[in-house]
Amino acid sequence: MQHDAAALLPERFVKWFSERGWAPRPHQLELLSRVQTGSSVLLIAPTGAGKTLAGFLPTLTDLEHRPRRRPGEARRGIHTLYISPLKALAVDIERNLTKPVGEIGLPVTMETRTGDTPTHKRQRQKLVPPDILMTTPEQLALLIAASDAQRFFEDLRYVVLDELHSLVTSKRGHLLSLGLARLRRYVPSLQAIGLSATVAEPDELRRWLVGQNPPGEMADLITVAGGAKPEITILDSEEHVPWSGHSARYATPEIYDAVKRHKTTLLFVNTRSQAELLFQELWRVNDDNLPIALHHGSLDVAQRRRVEKAMETNSLRAIVATSTLDLGIDWGDVDLVVHVGAPKGASRLAQRIGRSNHRMDEPSRAILIPANRFEVLECRAALDANYLGAQDTPPLVDGGLDVLSQHVLGCACGAPFYSDDLFEEVRSAAPYANLDRATFNRVVEFVATGGYSLKSYERYARIRRTKDGAWRVSNPRIAQQYRLNVGTIIEIPALNVRYVKAGSKGSASRGGPVLGKIEEAFLETLTHGDTFMFAGKVLRFEGIRENECFVSNAPGADAKVPYYGGGKFPLSTYLAEQVRAMIADPARWKNLPDQVADWLRIQAEKSVLPRRQDLLIETFPRGERHYMVAYPFEGRLAHQTLGMLLTRRLERAGARPLGFVATDYAMAIWSLGDMGQMFKRGRPSLGQLLDEDMLGDDLEAWLADSWLLKRTFRNCALISGLIEKRHPGQEKSGRQVTVSADLIYDVLRSHEPDHILLQATRADAATGLLDVRRLAEMLSRIRSRIVHKDLERISPLAVPIMLEVGKMPVHGEAGDSLLTEAADLVEEAMG
Amino acid sequence: MAGKDGTILIAGERAVCDQRGVLFFPDLGLLAVSDLHLEKGSSLARRGVLLPPYDTAATLLRLQAIIADYNPRMVISLGDSFHDSEGSARLPDPFRDRLCAMMAGRDWFWVAGNHDPDAPAGLPGETVRELAIGGLVFRHEPSAVPVAGEIAGHLHPCARIVQRGRSVRRRCFASDGDRLVMPAFGSYTGSLNVLDRAYAGLFRWDAFVAYMLGSSRIFAIAGSMLRPG
Repeated sequence: MQHDAAALLPERFVKWFSERGWAPRPHQLELLSRVQTGSSVLLIAPTGAGKTLAGFLPTLTDLEHRPRRRPGEARRGIHTLYISPLKALAVDIERNLTKPVGEIGLPVTMETRTGDTPTHKRQRQKLVPPDILMTTPEQLALLIAASDAQRFFEDLRYVVLDELHSLVTSKRGHLLSLGLARLRRYVPSLQAIGLSATVAEPDELRRWLVGQNPPGEMADLITVAGGAKPEITILDSEEHVPWSGHSARYATPEIYDAVKRHKTTLLFVNTRSQAELLFQELWRVNDDNLPIALHHGSLDVAQRRRVEKAMETNSLRAIVATSTLDLGIDWGDVDLVVHVGAPKGASRLAQRIGRSNHRMDEPSRAILIPANRFEVLECRAALDANYLGAQDTPPLVDGGLDVLSQHVLGCACGAPFYSDDLFEEVRSAAPYANLDRATFNRVVEFVATGGYSLKSYERYARIRRTKDGAWRVSNPRIAQQYRLNVGTIIEIPALNVRYVKAGSKGSASRGGPVLGKIEEAFLETLTHGDTFMFAGKVLRFEGIRENECFVSNAPGADAKVPYYGGGKFPLSTYLAEQVRAMIADPARWKNLPDQVADWLRIQAEKSVLPRRQDLLIETFPRGERHYMVAYPFEGRLAHQTLGMLLTRRLERAGARPLGFVATDYAMAIWSLGDMGQMFKRGRPSLGQLLDEDMLGDDLEAWLADSWLLKRTFRNCALISGLIEKRHPGQEKSGRQVTVSADLIYDVLRSHEPDHILLQATRADAATGLLDVRRLAEMLSRIRSRIVHKDLERISPLAVPIMLEVGKMPVHGEAGDSLLTEAADLVEEAMG
Repeated sequence: MAGKDGTILIAGERAVCDQRGVLFFPDLGLLAVSDLHLEKGSSLARRGVLLPPYDTAATLLRLQAIIADYNPRMVISLGDSFHDSEGSARLPDPFRDRLCAMMAGRDWFWVAGNHDPDAPAGLPGETVRELAIGGLVFRHEPSAVPVAGEIAGHLHPCARIVQRGRSVRRRCFASDGDRLVMPAFGSYTGSLNVLDRAYAGLFRWDAFVAYMLGSSRIFAIAGSMLRPG
């Protein structure tokens, strides 16, 4: 529909556009007109389409003709709430919006409120609210839990939700959907405006934006077609493409060459360790001393800000970044995106490539750098998908019960609630639309007294039902505790990394600057003198004291200890399918580099190539051991789960398995017994071995003790408020005082296996760390489609995963066997 | 060094470090258990942390099985038997009965701890500050200076090793052959690494061994193999 700008926009706006020789884009006017008729709207548009301005036009035009506040008149509340997944994005949007607001001359105030906002500013915001408040989901949860929430939000008209596609797929999205439901209760006429990149199922997001009463209600949809097709190429390296690994070190000279030929290059990698490595490698060959910077989430904030500033002023030639720069932050004049390592998902690739050349009508330029041969296939598949416009954002899952628990307590902290009302409100949030009343009641019971069948905590209840039937917090301390623990982002315990002089252990002096934070789990495996890469430097580990890790400079040294190796994101189902299809179809190999096509050709000669829907399993002896390699292409998480379960089964069948490794593409098990012979004789047959029933008892039995489930439980326990987050400074209180989540898990599982939190944990694990859902789909797909090839020696396709054997930590319940090794060492030494 | 069955000598006395976290002296028919922290769950619940109320049940169940195995003449609960001084009063009746059944027919000593300085309410057994038996002395908090034959608790020792890039952290008995600090037994008890400053000066380091609790045996690990954290 065409709109007349002059009819929709106030004069000042029309003038502002025309003075700049611009015209409002059709989708901007369309959105404005829909919102003016009272609808909520989802805007799906590629980067550079002017989404932000579109999202704020309803607000700005509405505020334009609002009469000035007279002295003595009551202060107005928030008019528009803007919510983004990243603090940096909120700050960035404020900056981007200030300019047009000033130029148009609008009497509009706007402020950000994030975890970094000082207390005095937050207090002032409560007294003198800005017209537009830019914030994050966690801050919204906090605002709702305040006793003045209703009053604070009573003038609210619009909520603008940015990068909605990335928000909705996580627990943060669940929390936000509940917050939105609460806001709709305060202001029934509230309108939501969602801004999103292209997604597979827009209707899911449309439902998400509006109250689900009646169920199925959807926001209006405005879709802006993609701009110019991006020009994406895969690096056809002169060098030998490695069999395995994730560093892409072989391509450094070619990457550097590309950087030299462009104004500003954004180099994306999947993990922090890859970022560190690539940064080091680039500087090794940086003969021209080009300004190349590093940006990832573990670096110290001040350092990140410096890089962002330099980016803004176009004083950098290249920046190596992880997903911290993923989302729609507009910086500088990027004319090339280099993606190192496989993109793992077609949508992710599209998003990242959108960073380059932020004008919709000009094509973005990008180069993909596969780090190994399987990644060549994956990049090719992703590339084809991008041209096809395929999307593979993960399907939305039902809202977490741990998140709901947190929200229920938050609501009670804000104001007393009635169960009936809150249930209706919660069900109006799309992720909770299927929630049944019994489960809701159990959640409320959990919040009140822990929800245990042994009702011994009645007198310690956190919320109580009073005579009028309303639930209230039983004392103000509960609300205080709640505020400290709000949010769904579980921080992995991390230590500050501080510079000291070599050998000083930090005891003598306070030491130098803090470089950033590193996970405790990684630091725990280091000993004095170990070297590793961080913050773009090679560092020597000096020691840990309290919550700081001391390091010294080790220039020129080789980093001895690798950070966790692989990619962080598992291969998406869609891409996995594409990779299988490509392997199965020799006609498509002409698009592959020669060395990779040759690799597949030799595989076909020496073994066999799996057809698109088949599962290939190879067995072969090597050294003293027998190997079984499966190629499901279902992503690392699902393979890891498969490996655990198959190892158990093979153990029972007498194959004496010793260990397994999993990558995104394949899974290998090694054993003392000859598995090839066993499968051929059908004892067990591969069909039996890979039967779907492994997801029944075997899964249950293994899950019970799995560290993966314990870790999932810990997250649920933290989010639901069963245990409290560790806050800086509390570490000193001593470990023997705190109750670890593992201990709670063990006790709860043996005494009340049906407890609601264990239910939440299992649901999480199935979609999260274990990816059981995907494994189940795979097992049902390959039923009677298993191709077994018993070989005399390793096949070409098996080389990549065989190289990982020994490099990757062996998974499993190896605690006691490691202790045995250590104890045996001692015995040997002591005779 | 301990045998595979976890038998060690403490100040000349034969003792079995049981992987379930108790110490048994076969020649004395004496079982020692430390830091039960009964009713820790309900203690935390009073502050709004609603942990599953099954810790006392779980702790007693494990203890019951051990007592049935060894059938000791004498049991010493080495302090912090209850998580707070009202813990014994809060103990639900079924658990009180179960505990009394375990105590029947043997000598039972409650060593006073910092969490439970007074005698437990409504329970038999004798409450003592410390207890000397032969060359051994049992007290809750380890003395700051080396004392031969001292068996203590309080510190909740654990140890950590790194093997092939993976870290294993377990509760342990900490000993240099002269004295010993017992692991905490309670289901909700955390633990403190033996390399922490809190242990400074307690042991002769060159003879120090952490007897780490495995799922089916004890692992004797020399001090030089241990890692902090």
